[in-house]
Order: sequence, then structure tokens, then C-alpha cells
Amino acid sequence: MPVSAQAIRHEYLRHNKKFPHVWCPGCGNGIVMAALLRAIYRIGLNKDEVVLASGIGCSGRMPTYLDFNTLHATHGRALTFATGVKLANPALHVVVIMGDGDATAIGGNHFIHAARRNLNLTAIIINNSIYGMTGGQYSPTTPFGAQSTTSVYGHIEHAFSIAELAMTAGAAFVARSTVYHAELLDNLIELGIQKQGFSVIEVISNCHVQYGRRNQLGDAVEMLKGFKKDTVTVARAAKLSPEELEGTATIGVLADRQLPISTEEYEKVRQRAGKGKGKV
Amino acid sequence: MISDPLNKRQLLQGNEAIAHGALAAGCRFFAGYPITPASEISELLSILLPRVDGTFIQMEDEIASMGAIIGASLAGVKSMTATSGPGFALMQENIGYACAAEVPCVVVDVMRGGPSTGLPTSPSQGDVQMARWGTHGDHPIIVLAVSSVNDCFTLTVKAFNLSERFRVPVIILSDEIVAHTRECVQLPEPSELHILNRLRPSVPPDWYKPYEGDNRGVPAMAAFGDGYRHHVTGLVHDEMGFPTEKPHEILNFQQRLTQKITRGFPEIMMTKGYLLSDAEVCVIAYGSVARSAMRAVEEARQQGIRAGMLQLITLFPFPRSQVVPVLKQCRAVLVPEMNMGQISREVQRVNQNYCAVVKHNRVDGQFITPDELFARLIKL
Repeated sequence: MPVSAQAIRHEYLRHNKKFPHVWCPGCGNGIVMAALLRAIYRIGLNKDEVVLASGIGCSGRMPTYLDFNTLHATHGRALTFATGVKLANPALHVVVIMGDGDATAIGGNHFIHAARRNLNLTAIIINNSIYGMTGGQYSPTTPFGAQSTTSVYGHIEHAFSIAELAMTAGAAFVARSTVYHAELLDNLIELGIQKQGFSVIEVISNCHVQYGRRNQLGDAVEMLKGFKKDTVTVARAAKLSPEELEGTATIGVLADRQLPISTEEYEKVRQRAGKGKGKV
Repeated sequence: MISDPLNKRQLLQGNEAIAHGALAAGCRFFAGYPITPASEISELLSILLPRVDGTFIQMEDEIASMGAIIGASLAGVKSMTATSGPGFALMQENIGYACAAEVPCVVVDVMRGGPSTGLPTSPSQGDVQMARWGTHGDHPIIVLAVSSVNDCFTLTVKAFNLSERFRVPVIILSDEIVAHTRECVQLPEPSELHILNRLRPSVPPDWYKPYEGDNRGVPAMAAFGDGYRHHVTGLVHDEMGFPTEKPHEILNFQQRLTQKITRGFPEIMMTKGYLLSDAEVCVIAYGSVARSAMRAVEEARQQGIRAGMLQLITLFPFPRSQVVPVLKQCRAVLVPEMNMGQISREVQRVNQNYCAVVKHNRVDGQFITPDELFARLIKL
């Protein structure tokens, strides 16, 4: 069912919201937003049943533009709000958009516990290695040695791998793409939303304004070319040695496992507690 | 403590009565994090909520607990959390969100000594001003104080009603004494309770303005999934819920948040008078201290002193219209608190030289006894 990009935009962008959006020209957030819309279109979700939650930062503005039930939460806490929404109404499809600082610094504790808890939520983490909105301070995914406005002498801390963190914390589905690999991203988000359980899609993205510029990585196009060069697919990575994988990011589905879903388990708790037997 | 809580006399702890009150009010979602002296509320609701098709979840911290109850409320389910001072401090960020986005919810703070880890677990009333001003920015909030096990039930129902009616977080301040005291109470039948629910939109979705106040200044609230696909944010927003930086829209937002509470003063402000009609001296008290005050007033009366008591049930908005007549009538008022004077400053604020306001403060982790209040009363 081929459909034009315009038709998808018309269907899912809010008509009563005045654009322009807040993102800089060339920002990867728009690519992620379009991929999300394509995935939702392909699955055929009813807009009334989609909740799109976000935290604070550039990524946090995404829900504002989209015609779903949208929830712009507090910094780092989007997953906690989403947890309440999902538990209160498990029929809703809840997708959470976060940035790297949002999800793994201020919201790091919520992130690992959401992964462990295994609610049927989809977390999309846009990782641009920097706090962009506040002016380019280092984040938990800023590489060792990198320049930022708070590490002008070189960054001395080590970066999180968001996908590995999610896997270790117990997420049922973990995948990674970049904003260069838009088609892969469509597919991974589609899989993530359809997955029964907590799914994490890490999207490596460009902040050429705050990160690329200070680290001689060029403009948006140059940075996207860098993502093409520095990534390997899961299939190819399996054939490479750790030395050969040094400095690359593996893209594709990194983990996919069947785990008990929190809301289904809680329904069993209700039965064990004697739900509906007239006893309080 | 678990079976058949309604319609019979029973021995209940304050914390248990809060849990039963929440269920009676229609609360079907609770998120919390363990902390003394509030944990019994979580424990009991973890047992009772699943029986009524509700949900209990223990979150990773109090920040997450507050976030989760906001999310549940946005999905249309009445929700509550309970904590003590250190956890209440952590919740302040998201309490501000609930104020800004006008999300009904109830937060119980069972006060213990502070600051910081403070005195686990001795009684205190040290969180009164935090309950009012703990989150940043000008914001509306309602704070109620419970003084008995019966209060714990009835005021929890009331807290939900006010929260639903005004779309504002309501804080219930309890303290270690009320929380852990067991009293015999007769809980009302469900049919005797007056339960309020948030106003839902009646217009078609494309006419819905999620943040347009009605004549009371309170907007109708759609739940996620209802077909009204609206935006909810902690940013200052216009009537459609979208972020704004236009001065007149910012002003409208700020004024409506404040005015919806101002217009509701008669419904919100609650006090209880005791032997006030001919009183010359009066104790203004709240929480467990009001119980000691009542006894002290009775003893003073036996000594021929015309003493009375005004118990504050609503602490914020401060019930000025009910306090001022007492100040005008009396020669002196005594304001006993288990803090350094967090409500006496409010009393002094509304006292335009009407009478002497005498503080009585205890911050040594000990309860204020009737004897010490009697000793103060007879010298007023």
C-alpha cells in the first residue's frame, strides 16, 4: 500500500498546531519523527489509542506536533508517567520519546527499572551525545575526550552504551539504528511497537550545531555520512573481531526475548486477590 | 484490618483509614515507595486495590511514584501516593507538573521530624510550608490536615472530591501520631458518601479546548483514549494545551490557575470550632496537636477560663475568613505546633493587631501534651 509522505504527514501532524517546530535545520529529530509516523501508519494504529509521551529537551517537543494523545512530561520522568498511563489503561499503545540525557542521566533510574518491570511500552531514545537544547553540555553518552561546553579541556568520563544498558536491565526488545538508516529505523520502530514487552530503540542522531561543530564532525550531512561509515549490521558484526568492531556501533535487533508482561501478571494478581468476589 | 471495612465499628490505624477512604472515594491506582511512617498505606492498598480491579505499584522512588499517579490520572483513573518528608521533597517536581497541567491526584505526607532524614520516626508538623510552597513558581494547591482516624477516612474522601472538582493536587498532611494511633471508628456506608468526579467534555472532539476554564475556571478533562487527542505539558500553555510565550496567554494561564481556587474558597476552606461562642482565649491548632488542644481547653474551662479552639482542617488556602473572626473576638490566641512556627506565621499574617498571637513550638521529637498547653492557656 504505497502512500505519499504528504499523506502520512497530513494524517498524523496536528492541524491545529502552528509550525515551525523548534528543531534546528538538519536535526535528526525530524527523521525519527517521520520514521515513527511511518511505523504507526504501517501497523495501522488508531490515533485515539496511541499515547506519545516525552521528557524534556529537543526530543521532548516531538509529541506537541503529532495528533495523538500527547504527554510532555518532566525531565527524565516520561517513563514514570507512561507507566501510570499504561497500567491505568493497558489498551493504549504507549510510545515514549527520550533523549540521551533525559533517558540515561536524570532518568537513568527510571529507565533501568522500566526495563526490569517489562510493561508493554516502546521507548525510543534519540542519542545525539550532547545536551543540545541547553547549549551543548556533556551527557552520559558523550565520548571520552570529546569537546562540549562543560568539557572544553576534553571529556574525562566514559560513555554509556544505551542499548547494552537496556539489555542488561532486562528489556524484552532492544534495537539500534541511526538517523542515516531511516528505512531500518522504520522497521525497528514497527517491531518495537508490536513487541509484547518493554522495547527500546536507540537512534544515534546528529546534533551538528552543539556537538558536531565542537568536535570537527562537519555539518548534518557529514555527520550522517559518518553514521553510515561507523556502523555495522548485527549480521556483519557477528563475523568481526572485537578489535575490528572498535569504534563502530552495531545496528539492527540486538535482543528479542519473551518475558512475562507486567500488566498480564498483574491481572493474575487481581484474580489471586479475589477480584469481583464482592469482598474489599 | 482487611475484611469488610465498611458499615461496622472497627479498630483502625490512621494509615489504614486513609487507604479505606481512598477506595471509598474511587481511587483505583496507587504508586508508592516504602517509607516510615507511611508504609502501611501502601501495604494495605497493595492488598485491597487488586480486589476492586484497581492497580497498586511500588515504584523505584518517590519521583517515579508521583509521575505514575499523574499518568494514571491522565488515563482517567483516580490516583494517590503516600510518603513522608524525604519522599515528599522528591515529589515536589512532579507535584508542580500536576499543578500546571491540572491533573487531579492526592498526595499523603505522613510527617516525621526533619530536615533531611531527620527523625525516623518521631512526630512532627515540619512539612506544612513545604506542602504549600515545595514546588517552584506560583501555583495553586490544597492542603488538608488530619487529626484523628475518623478524619483520615473522611478527609481522604474530601481530598479526592476537591482534587476532582478543581483539577488540582490535594495534599493530606498526617503525622506519625495520627498515622499509628488506633481508634474505634464507624465508617460510613458507601451510599452515605458524596463522591465527586471530574467534569468530562461533552463537546465533540474538534470543539474541545482542553484548558479553557468553565465559569469556575476549571476545564473539562478528557482521559487519554476517550477520542479527545489533546496535548498535556508542564510548559505554560494556551487553551489548546500548546506551549505559549505570548504574554496575554501566559497571564491567562497564571490567573486562571489561581482564580479557580480563589473562587472555590467557600468549598475548600474547612475549620472546626470548639467552645468558641464566648471564648476570650483560643487555641488555633491542626493535626494531632488539635487533640491535645481540645483537652487543654476543656481543663481550662473547668478552671473558669473562657477558652475555645479553632481546628484548622484546610491549611492552604489559609482559611483567613474563619480565622479572622476568632482573632477579633479573643484577647489572645495560642498556636501550638510541632515545628518552629509554620502556621503561626500565617495567623500573624492575617492578624491586623486584633489580638496577641502566642506561639508554642516543639521540635524535640515529642508530642505536645494537653498539660503543657493548659499551662500556656491559663497564662494567656
